[in-house]
Amino acid sequence: MITLQNIQKVFNKGQVNQVVALNDVSLHINQGEFVVLIGSNGSGKTTLLNVISGAEIPSTGKVLLSNTDVTNFPEYKRSQWIARVFQNPLSGTAPDLSILDNFRLAALRTTRKKPVIGVNAAFKKIVQDRIATLGMGLENKVEQPMGTLSGGQRQALTLLMSVMDHTDILLLDEPTAALDPRSANIILETADALVKEYKLTAVLVTHNLKDAHQYGNRLIQMAEGKILRDLDASAKGSLQLPGMFGWFS
Amino acid sequence: MEFYLTAIMLGLCLSAMALGIFITMKIFGIPDITTDGSYTLGAVITAVLLTAHLPVWAIIPIVIVAGAFAGSLTGIIHTQLKIDALLAGILVMTGLYSINLTILGRSNVPLLNVQSVFSFIHPFSNAIYNEALTGLIFVFILYAILGYLLKTDFGIAMRATGNSASMTRALGINNNAMKITGLAIANAMTALSGYLVAQYQNFTDINMGIGIVITGLGSVLIGDALIKWFNLRSIVAQLLVVLTGSIVFQLVLAFTLSVGVDPNLLKLVTSVMVLLIVSIPRLRTNPA
Repeated sequence: MITLQNIQKVFNKGQVNQVVALNDVSLHINQGEFVVLIGSNGSGKTTLLNVISGAEIPSTGKVLLSNTDVTNFPEYKRSQWIARVFQNPLSGTAPDLSILDNFRLAALRTTRKKPVIGVNAAFKKIVQDRIATLGMGLENKVEQPMGTLSGGQRQALTLLMSVMDHTDILLLDEPTAALDPRSANIILETADALVKEYKLTAVLVTHNLKDAHQYGNRLIQMAEGKILRDLDASAKGSLQLPGMFGWFS
Repeated sequence: MEFYLTAIMLGLCLSAMALGIFITMKIFGIPDITTDGSYTLGAVITAVLLTAHLPVWAIIPIVIVAGAFAGSLTGIIHTQLKIDALLAGILVMTGLYSINLTILGRSNVPLLNVQSVFSFIHPFSNAIYNEALTGLIFVFILYAILGYLLKTDFGIAMRATGNSASMTRALGINNNAMKITGLAIANAMTALSGYLVAQYQNFTDINMGIGIVITGLGSVLIGDALIKWFNLRSIVAQLLVVLTGSIVFQLVLAFTLSVGVDPNLLKLVTSVMVLLIVSIPRLRTNPA
């Protein structure tokens, strides 16, 4: 589903502050894999995610999604395959638009936004039913501006929005970093359920080793722009949490 | 009475521009100075084509295309060359001055013995009522089209682009193309204001656009204050309030002139008025 071939990403090339964020990284992620990406600050995990999403174009190397070479595709064109949840809950939603309008755009992620009215009673019903599954009581507030909700609520809705239209890949960039532990738990549980229900290929970047241990079926540790560890489902399954802390010393 | 009716009339004619500035200013957060040029462009094209005896309805699409072209030029300079939107607007506006002068041929063209858009509907005996009715119908059609557009899927995408660029990128929206389209629509609306005003005041002047953007901004800011005051969420209601803002702005301006302010100070009065509208809410919320 996702293939990275010899990806090199250099920031400030040739200057004193040159940074090699990704150093010849090759990676293949299969359809249906839920990859958890860990690593210290500056290890390159966010850059790796950005190279997949199109937020960063690699200096050298190729990016393939579903066997299509998307190396030079801008972010908005990769939305054909990719849905995203950002670290900042504000980034994934439009605060001044109603919840309903936010969901409308999400439902059109892979298609053209035509000059026809698409928000109608039938669509509202679909959105309300989806939101009701969260159990947050937000289904009766769909006409409210998104900005009136808390970070946790917005992040939960962003997750639901990601499956409003056909999705192959779900990218989660530290989605719980700005949330309290309870909201964080709801977000990851919801993400996990959606990945299984829609058979998504997912990549979760996290600093939380407990989450990294609990979720996903493949674990990758990055260090200094390279892949340090790559554990498949069985190796990950037999991991002990205390042992993982030693990886960072 | 007639004096204030004239002000309302001018406010109506300029409300098309106010709706355009609402798109650039409130939806995209871009202060678009192209307005000064595209407003005159609309008036200039109207003057030249009217004196060439083209029917008034046939001029409308030409004015729209010309305004849209000016707006998209600003949009392209801003998004493709990564030049600050303000500077991009100033560049296009300055260039348009020469283009307008070339099209018009001289600095002032009177439109006295031509059939104007205001000469078709006349149920009243008083000319100004007839003009007001025509203006009202014209602006209502524009308002209805824009209101509908902003409620469609395309319109939601446009509103989201100015609101959360990271979200729209992730949802498959080409933000740059959207900005160019928005600037095109806004300047087409502005050019239509030029079309109306030229016919209403029966002349086109090469300098008529100078500072007009401030008038549009003032209208949008009055509208914005009312939107916050009444907590209006519906985009259609917001547009209506901006439209009202344009008329209120002209009324206040007319009032200041009627109490004896020198007409030469009109632009200064306009500036000070916009400054007051912008600053009063800030002074109130920052008591320190």
